Amino acid sequence: MYEIRLHSRGGQGGVTAAKLIAYAAFLDGKYATATPLYGAERRGAPVVSFIRIDDEPIRIYSQIRNPDLVIVLDESIMQVVDVLHGIKPDGTVLINSQIGTEVEGHSTYPVDLTGIALSLDLVISGSPILNTPLIGAIAKMGLISRESAKTVISETFRDERNVEAALRAYEELEI
Amino acid sequence: MLTFGTGNKAVAMAVRDAKPVVVAAYPITPQTEIVEELANFVTAGSMAARYIPVESEHSSMAACIGAAATGVRTFTATSSHGLVYMCEMLHMSAGARLPIVMANANRALGPGWNIGAEHSDSISMRDTGWLQVYVSTVQEAYDATLMAFRIAEHTDVLLPVMINLDGFLLTHITQTFETVEPGDFLPPTATPHAIDIKNPGGYGTLTPGNTHFTFRRDMERGMRASIAVIEETEADFARRFGREYHLYEEYRCEDADVVIIAMGTLGKEMEVAVDILRDEGIAAGAIRMRWFRPFIVPDLDGKEVVVIDRDYSFGYGGVLAGELQAKSGCKPFSVIAGLGGQEVTYDDIVEFVRIRKPGTEHWFGVVD
Amino acid sequence: MGCPLSGLAGNEPTQYFIIIHVKYPNERLYTMAIPDEEFLLKTTSACAGCPSSLILRYVTKAAGADTVLVIPACCTSVIQGVYPTTAMNLPVYNVAFASAAAVASGMSEAFRAEGKKTNVICYAGDGGTIDIGIQALSGALERGTDFLYICYDNEAYSNTGMQRSGATPLGAMTTTTPGGKKDHKKDLDAIVAAHHPVYQATACAAYPQDLYNKVEKALSIPGPKFMHVLAPCPPGWRFPSEKTVEMGKLAVKSGLWVLYERENGKLTITGASKAAMKKRIPIEDYLSVQGRFRKITAEETVKMQQMVEDTIVRLQREVDGIC
Repeated sequence: MYEIRLHSRGGQGGVTAAKLIAYAAFLDGKYATATPLYGAERRGAPVVSFIRIDDEPIRIYSQIRNPDLVIVLDESIMQVVDVLHGIKPDGTVLINSQIGTEVEGHSTYPVDLTGIALSLDLVISGSPILNTPLIGAIAKMGLISRESAKTVISETFRDERNVEAALRAYEELEI
Repeated sequence: MLTFGTGNKAVAMAVRDAKPVVVAAYPITPQTEIVEELANFVTAGSMAARYIPVESEHSSMAACIGAAATGVRTFTATSSHGLVYMCEMLHMSAGARLPIVMANANRALGPGWNIGAEHSDSISMRDTGWLQVYVSTVQEAYDATLMAFRIAEHTDVLLPVMINLDGFLLTHITQTFETVEPGDFLPPTATPHAIDIKNPGGYGTLTPGNTHFTFRRDMERGMRASIAVIEETEADFARRFGREYHLYEEYRCEDADVVIIAMGTLGKEMEVAVDILRDEGIAAGAIRMRWFRPFIVPDLDGKEVVVIDRDYSFGYGGVLAGELQAKSGCKPFSVIAGLGGQEVTYDDIVEFVRIRKPGTEHWFGVVD
Repeated sequence: MGCPLSGLAGNEPTQYFIIIHVKYPNERLYTMAIPDEEFLLKTTSACAGCPSSLILRYVTKAAGADTVLVIPACCTSVIQGVYPTTAMNLPVYNVAFASAAAVASGMSEAFRAEGKKTNVICYAGDGGTIDIGIQALSGALERGTDFLYICYDNEAYSNTGMQRSGATPLGAMTTTTPGGKKDHKKDLDAIVAAHHPVYQATACAAYPQDLYNKVEKALSIPGPKFMHVLAPCPPGWRFPSEKTVEMGKLAVKSGLWVLYERENGKLTITGASKAAMKKRIPIEDYLSVQGRFRKITAEETVKMQQMVEDTIVRLQREVDGIC
């Protein structure tokens, strides 16, 4: 089983991103679950979502304590939340960063999702859309297929720039 | 059709596929997505139901009662404070023998405000005359909702059915599930006592004590008859759609020395705990109770029993543990865990089995 | 079936109501336009002189056979008879105290979905309307429910032995206001008017033709309709059982109760209240013949008389289109 923990802030689309990643894995023929961890729903508050991907039906509902991958959609969260808590020794970290932030002791993949969204003018209510470029980055990491990534984005969003954002992230992320 | 969505969405899609005539809707976390999805279906024209946006849960059940009294299929959904607010109407609907179907997103009651999973809301409604089923996957939420209509409307039963799904843990998780075309699996409603203008009668008139008890006895007849109806419905569902359900689900129980018993999502996660215990050489098994009313007791002879209650009856104990003990004579190790969405993992469940002391109670996470 | 469902066995139209055909001095004989068919039958178990069953009789005559009554806990729970028989020759659905309007909502939607025009009428007392039932009533009115809600107002929880309700008037003794009520009667009609129902009317047990006409008109209009009917209650108000109609007339003639209807926002004063708008008897004539007002103070009587005058002015301004 591959376990992902996604850190975001309320309003950034982290919960939707988790659903889309799990949905893409489902389209790839895998079993997948996405679970948001809700507190009081408010904009700007740190939010955590969990994604599990497996070849067998998933029977676990509790939170992910030892993730294989930690995704950080907003690097300012790292100042208030220990995003690396419980990460597996060989676990990896994907950080949305405009300055190439790295963490010590783990393979880190910084990618400028915000920059990609802004360059395509993908903005809703003043916030850049981060979940569609994130899907592209996840596809590049090999966790979901390119085709499924494209399908879930075009099924969910009418604006074709979302597919373009995913493609750019796919190209920009260096593995 | 194979699809992907939340527990709430699965319930809403099952309701859409059951084609109710009247849906009463009032929002409450974490059930709200169900009534939102139903509103979307009605607006988009994929569901022909009358959608009544009531002003309270008391009124949502009242509206279902009014509609069901005319003989049509009805549905509503609620959670927690909403469920206990409509308590009076739960008694009224069951007593009126109306086959209403309702989804309840299990959630804690205040104070303080807590929106996490807990079974205390529905468990405290256990004596209303409603059938109660607890589900553990998004697929089961869909399937149980469809089956609930057939069970409730069966003329041997004519009692309302509550589908319980753990708040957030199941209402908000996204999983794969398959929808079906129910066809004649769900026959049209044929409520024998539906209001008939040509043959008027007084429903629920003043009923003296020398008669009242006979109606309560009849309710119990319906409840007892429901066991056979549930089994027959689940068997027909398996024949038609290929997915099997039972009154309770056993996992690796055949040669088990110790069985863990729970309801809802913990009842699924504990299977992982059983696998771990088996790897350690402990002959563990698990029983996931699905139907709480009617209460069907598994054969627990010669087994040690660990019961996990996501509920509590003050001055008594864990309700599931207490009822199993009363009905089967077992001496369970009663674990109170997961109240208010308290995090409980399969590792924690393994630990419950390791520290078990038959006949005692253990509050997970509490250090006295 | 296994649920209390009472039948009509052994019933026939009750003789009790013949009294209503008596001609009072200077009044019209109210029998002309009202059908003979009876829906409230012999096994009724109302008190002698009961205004609620009198109102119910005319409501059901106006509604006709294609009607379901939804009744919360109130005097009519008793009036309709005891299982296994019913005094009502119409389907009657008895529901929880707070739930009548919401049950009617579901019932009306179900009938309309099935293409049926069946009248859905809530027949509820003042407690079940003004107090515990007001939330459900407000919701059903706001949602545009196609139904008629009738509040028969005997100004107390009469079914449980005359406790104070929000509809009990100032100065009236009840078992929970043994010294007389110190608060005003809640203005239910203003609350209902704020929902802008398609039709709203008041009526009184003492004026059956006016009541009949209003029910008939209300049921001819789709959407939410509301009627508030004064029901002078002999045991509750403490007057002799044969004085029910007389008490209702005093209420109207003193201006304490005004008969009107409001259709699409247009107010019309009806029946005996037309005269009362111009000339009224003093309210003492109404208060002094009821035991419940035995402890009313002079100050409270003045206050009540002032409220009557204020109400008349307010209604006249609305009729004249000034407010």
